[in-house]
Amino acid sequence: MSMDLDAPVYVGQQEQTAATILCCNCGAPIDGTTSAGALCTDCIRLTVDVSQGVQRDAVLHCCRDCERWLQPPTSWVVAAPESKELLAICLKRLRGLNKVRIIDASFIWTEPHSKRIRLKLQIQSEAFQGTIIQQSFEIVYVVANQQCSDCQKSFTANTWRASVQVRQKVPHKRTFLYLEQLILKHGAHKDTVNIKEAKDGLDFYFSQRNHAQKMLDFLSSVVPCKIKKSEELISMDIHTSTKSMKFNFSCEIIPICKDDLVALPIKLARSLSDISPLTICHRVGTTVNLMDPCTLRTTDVPTGTYWRQPFSTLADITELKEFIVLDIESTGISNGRYLLSEATVARAADLGSNDTTYFTRTHLGGILHVGDSVLGYHLTGTQFNNPHFDDIENSHQYGSTIPDVVLIKKHYVRSKKSKRSWRLKRMAREHEEEATNPNANVPTNKRQEQELARMEADYEMFLRDVEEDQELRQTLDLYKVRQQQAMEDEMDEDDDEDMDGEGHAVPKINMEELLDDFDELNMDDNE
Amino acid sequence: MAVRAQFENSNEVGVFSCLTNAYAIVAVGASENFYSVFESELQDVIPICHATIAGTRIVGRLIVGNRKGLLVPTTTTDQELQHLRNTLPDEVKIQRIEERLSALGNVICCNDHVAIVHPDLERETEEIIADVLGVEVFRQTVADNVLTGSYMALSNQGGIVHPKTSIRDQDELSSLLQVPLVAGSVNRGSPVVGAGMVVNDWLAITGLDTTATELSVVESVFRLGEMAPGGAAAGVNKDSIVESFY
Repeated sequence: MSMDLDAPVYVGQQEQTAATILCCNCGAPIDGTTSAGALCTDCIRLTVDVSQGVQRDAVLHCCRDCERWLQPPTSWVVAAPESKELLAICLKRLRGLNKVRIIDASFIWTEPHSKRIRLKLQIQSEAFQGTIIQQSFEIVYVVANQQCSDCQKSFTANTWRASVQVRQKVPHKRTFLYLEQLILKHGAHKDTVNIKEAKDGLDFYFSQRNHAQKMLDFLSSVVPCKIKKSEELISMDIHTSTKSMKFNFSCEIIPICKDDLVALPIKLARSLSDISPLTICHRVGTTVNLMDPCTLRTTDVPTGTYWRQPFSTLADITELKEFIVLDIESTGISNGRYLLSEATVARAADLGSNDTTYFTRTHLGGILHVGDSVLGYHLTGTQFNNPHFDDIENSHQYGSTIPDVVLIKKHYVRSKKSKRSWRLKRMAREHEEEATNPNANVPTNKRQEQELARMEADYEMFLRDVEEDQELRQTLDLYKVRQQQAMEDEMDEDDDEDMDGEGHAVPKINMEELLDDFDELNMDDNE
Repeated sequence: MAVRAQFENSNEVGVFSCLTNAYAIVAVGASENFYSVFESELQDVIPICHATIAGTRIVGRLIVGNRKGLLVPTTTTDQELQHLRNTLPDEVKIQRIEERLSALGNVICCNDHVAIVHPDLERETEEIIADVLGVEVFRQTVADNVLTGSYMALSNQGGIVHPKTSIRDQDELSSLLQVPLVAGSVNRGSPVVGAGMVVNDWLAITGLDTTATELSVVESVFRLGEMAPGGAAAGVNKDSIVESFY
């Protein structure tokens, strides 16, 4: 290895240039007042090596898959070839550099396939008292392959230590779409190793039990759920009694969603502040909030109470029918944003064929007007196979109070091609084989097509909920759609179409509520 | 004549010995190798004394002497003093001096006529030096070092000083000493020339590491070998000595 030494840089001031001593090594006359240890510069060059304590070769570890470099002890950093980051990693690998001053360091080009990195280093160090020597030399690094921990994880199956299986046994995915947004907003998915979509829910996989516990804490703070834990012993060292276990947490969310019609067991209804047993669910927080639409009385069903005496929904939003408001009159009773009104409605499907009208009390007095279209459950025309509903029908007290129609929400006419000015982020996840066809991503068979269509419908339903419900919206992060400018003109035209007959616009979200989407700009979004 | 020697793997021969024109004092070591170097050069010429001072071997740094006398520090025991008196010639005056700077070899540098001493030496000590050694005493530094005995080696023929001594200081010192001085090193660049070598008018003993260049500087400035009194190069000044080594 060639080593070229630069001339020593003298610190002492030069007063005289006359030779006063002879170099002790070669006998050359030199100025003794400025020389270093009675040696001439040539002898210093030949005899002193300040880079002695510095390694001349070292090993760098690089992960072949992600091309990251090991920064000992454990971190892996991205560094382009011949970048200053890589230079920093290279210099940190050298022992003995802390005793000298680094003046300059640069890469010498090498053929990448040689798996060598060559570095030219210039250092300064004090050789004798008052004499600083600058020297440059070359260091060769051997690039060794080592799989980084992340790649190791991704190349190994079953690396998870704990899983959280979130399930809700309902025929739609609205709760999970909402949960997904909550998780994204709070970053609760950061520790997950993998997220899989399973039937009726999602599976979250974690590398540590604590992460799963954190996720459970998050879930129980946003949804009403029941948590069950099970563990599996993988291996155990009987000498030290250390075990490695796998933990499974089953988190079952109460299968009651917003806008569902619920028939409570009469006994339970009595215990819940004596509410009428036929209620609608108007909100789901950590408890299920029920409301009697005829009196606007509300009650909470805590998770514990529910699971002691579970009940199912009587009807969910798929069974909503469209009604037209013929007459509406406020009673003056209100509860929060709800206003109790008496309404006369007719089935939208009946219009023109018969004159059947229904009289009902509704909590939507605040937003309904004569002629509006409204969605509701049609109780008279429906046969429910529900023991609790049968009990209500048979009871003396409540049998006569069952309304013909229970109105749930106002119906807005949307033009199909209208595009939203906002969007939501989605989580990347794997579909379990059970849910979709494993063979292809393109829908090939009918079942899969249906599955996809249903998911799209659920998502659309969820987006409408977000638009219509401000309370729900406040808990989520909404983002502006990109290329907003290009679409704005188009949207202006759409505005006219979105009006229904009486000029009630479809609820829109103010631009102020939307967030700018800066991250993941490089990712393609085809949502 | 200049020879190289080593005292028990140490090149600092001036620490373990003291050489004058009338006698030599050598520390008691584990082996006689060092002593035998002196013996081979000086046997039947001057007495060589095996001695310790205050029980230590660093005799060269603790004592100072010339042809006329010898000064020892207060730490010297009576027994050691008696031994020195018995061994050395009767005309050499031996005096024990009370001095705070007890390493007399480090603070005093002398030949048979002049002594250069540490500037902080006591007045009485200065008088004793003048009386016992029969020299003129100057308080002076060598290349800004107060330890004149460590950084200067002196004989009646010449002297060698710390390599960083400027030409002005060398001129000043040599005008005090009335002998030619040269800056130089011993033991491969060591600036402690006083401790790295011992010298009298016809012999210099330096450390084993001393290079040929250094040794030839020593030989020429102290006029040893062919440059000895009456030799071919007698009377040349130090400038021509340095010139000759181009």
